[in-house]
Amino acid sequence: MSRLQTRFDALRAAGRKALIPYVTAGDPAPEHTVPLLHALVAAGADILELGVPFSDPMAEGPVIQKAMERALEHDTTLDEVLEMVRRFREQDTETPVVLMGYLNPVEIKGYAAFARDAAEAGVDGVLVVDMPPEEADELVAALRAQALDLIFLIAPTTTPERMRSITELGSGFLYYVSLKGVTGAGHLDVDSVREKVAAIHELTELPVGVGFGIRDAESAAAIAAVADAVVVGSALVRRIEAHVTEPERIAPAVTELLGEMRRAMDAPSPRPSPPEGERG
Amino acid sequence: MPDEKGHFGPYGGMFVAETLMGPIRELREAYEKYLQDPDFQAELDFELQQYVGRPSPLYFAERWSRELGGARIYLKREDLNHTGAHKVNNTVGQALLAKRMGKTRIIAETGAGQHGVASATVAARLGLECVVYMGAEDIERQAMNVYRMKLLGASVVPVTSGSRTLKDALNEAMRDWVTNIDDTFYIIGTVAGPHPYPAMVRDFQAIIGREAREQILQHEGRLPDALVACVGGGSNAIGLFHPFLGDRDVAMYGVEAAGYGLDTGKHAAPLCAGKPGVLHGNRTYLMEDAHGQIIPTHSISAGLDYPGVGPEHAWLKDTGRAEYVAVSDAEALQAFHDLTRIEGILPALESSHALAYAKKLAPTLGRDQILIVNLSGRGDKDIHTVANHEGITL
Repeated sequence: MSRLQTRFDALRAAGRKALIPYVTAGDPAPEHTVPLLHALVAAGADILELGVPFSDPMAEGPVIQKAMERALEHDTTLDEVLEMVRRFREQDTETPVVLMGYLNPVEIKGYAAFARDAAEAGVDGVLVVDMPPEEADELVAALRAQALDLIFLIAPTTTPERMRSITELGSGFLYYVSLKGVTGAGHLDVDSVREKVAAIHELTELPVGVGFGIRDAESAAAIAAVADAVVVGSALVRRIEAHVTEPERIAPAVTELLGEMRRAMDAPSPRPSPPEGERG
Repeated sequence: MPDEKGHFGPYGGMFVAETLMGPIRELREAYEKYLQDPDFQAELDFELQQYVGRPSPLYFAERWSRELGGARIYLKREDLNHTGAHKVNNTVGQALLAKRMGKTRIIAETGAGQHGVASATVAARLGLECVVYMGAEDIERQAMNVYRMKLLGASVVPVTSGSRTLKDALNEAMRDWVTNIDDTFYIIGTVAGPHPYPAMVRDFQAIIGREAREQILQHEGRLPDALVACVGGGSNAIGLFHPFLGDRDVAMYGVEAAGYGLDTGKHAAPLCAGKPGVLHGNRTYLMEDAHGQIIPTHSISAGLDYPGVGPEHAWLKDTGRAEYVAVSDAEALQAFHDLTRIEGILPALESSHALAYAKKLAPTLGRDQILIVNLSGRGDKDIHTVANHEGITL
């Protein structure tokens, strides 16, 4: 059984929701990444999402764009990101790690070589932002051969037919983008997220994570009430950005926010419980 | 070509985040519908005639041909279009489409500012709000075009991410689009981006080749031996080439920017010196490093200063239907001067790349052979660049 499935099964059994922090590998410099990943786990992360820097991150808002620029100033390559995961695995063999990035670095390395090296390093899943299901057959095959999950995005504008083909092709979990826009943008509409997540659950047993726009304990708790996992990126990366000149303060600042989210998600809900038959 | 998912052989496609698949589908459906709609086509023809000033002449450059001592060279005068370049053919088409789709706001990316000006122009003409994304670096280099866009009522947004140039402006326009999909139409300026853009922009630019084919038959009673056009993203080149693709005896040369020279690495010639990868929604030849990061480009011509190229060009290269070559900054500048002095036509620095290659090609051909060069834009916008380069302060 994959680490992702094991983790989601355990959470479900415990009646808890997954907290998935995102950081960009190599931000603000490569030596900080592995210690930061361990600190995130200690602060309550269930799954780690590690960004692979790319020069042209089309779907990112300004916060993660700048994180990628900082990482690229140190020439953080895809191979170095895999090396970071390998080092992380020396001390943590249980927390699933998902790489999130763009296609071109994977394309240049070659799908088969990438899948082999990622599996060897201890990666569990891959989310390639600009790889739509229409183009993904070859990559899916390469990843499956190494028992790696390919995680797909579902957007508010995704049609029911597309949603069906995405749920059939994806594995590990599905990532619902909670708003129109780029990472770190806008305002959450929890009711519409609840509806969409329910629609996805009708099509698949896969857990559904929700991201884009979750910035504090309150929004994390609100999304945890309607989804299986909460993904938080820009809000954490903003704290990294605030401390680039004093990197020893990064881990405390990031884990402080993550810990607040964890506690809010795990607290008994102050709201009336959702209507019968509804998930979450 | 392309297939229904936008592939030109292994190139093209729709490599965008799921958040953009909805708007792209909406665009594709609207485009396919209006492509067949006689009412839309009539409106487009009318605008191209009355507003753009088409057809543009196919001009026989007699003195220059004689001087070079080879082929008879014809220039397709896209420089005589309203706004001074071929770009407007496409912006008129896409803006009319935007209007039919009920969009009230158009956005565009621009490098040198030509596509931005062409977009701002049609936005003014059609009463649409217009926002143009432009690299902060390019804004400094192209102050005149920035002011022109503002005069036309557009807002120009400086892009400070990445290399602060055209590719980053394109990223930022995509981000705007995905955030404002309900009221916004994104006018891409070249034959790149996700499907349907490469095919749609080609179809709007193919008027260049359709006219040229008809005109050369009138002038010479036969088809040309070769076509020459500069290639940045490649919209003017594909516009000229496409209607001739079935004419197997017509050779085609796409001319990329060799900058300081292909061997220096400081150029913008992905077809001549790059390799395939995925950027801006399509698979194509790119300027990239060994790890798949996009690398900075250089050309004296801002309009060619782009690390990718339209996917159909990648396919024409691989199949051998078109040949891709590169000329340096210095060669382009010399051609700029030659045409200005010999024909009294000030060409854009982009088009000067095509002229520079024609200058090499023509003497190798016989006097009875015919060459068509796409004079894609006029050079008034470039006189500061040329003067600077020659140490002259205006």
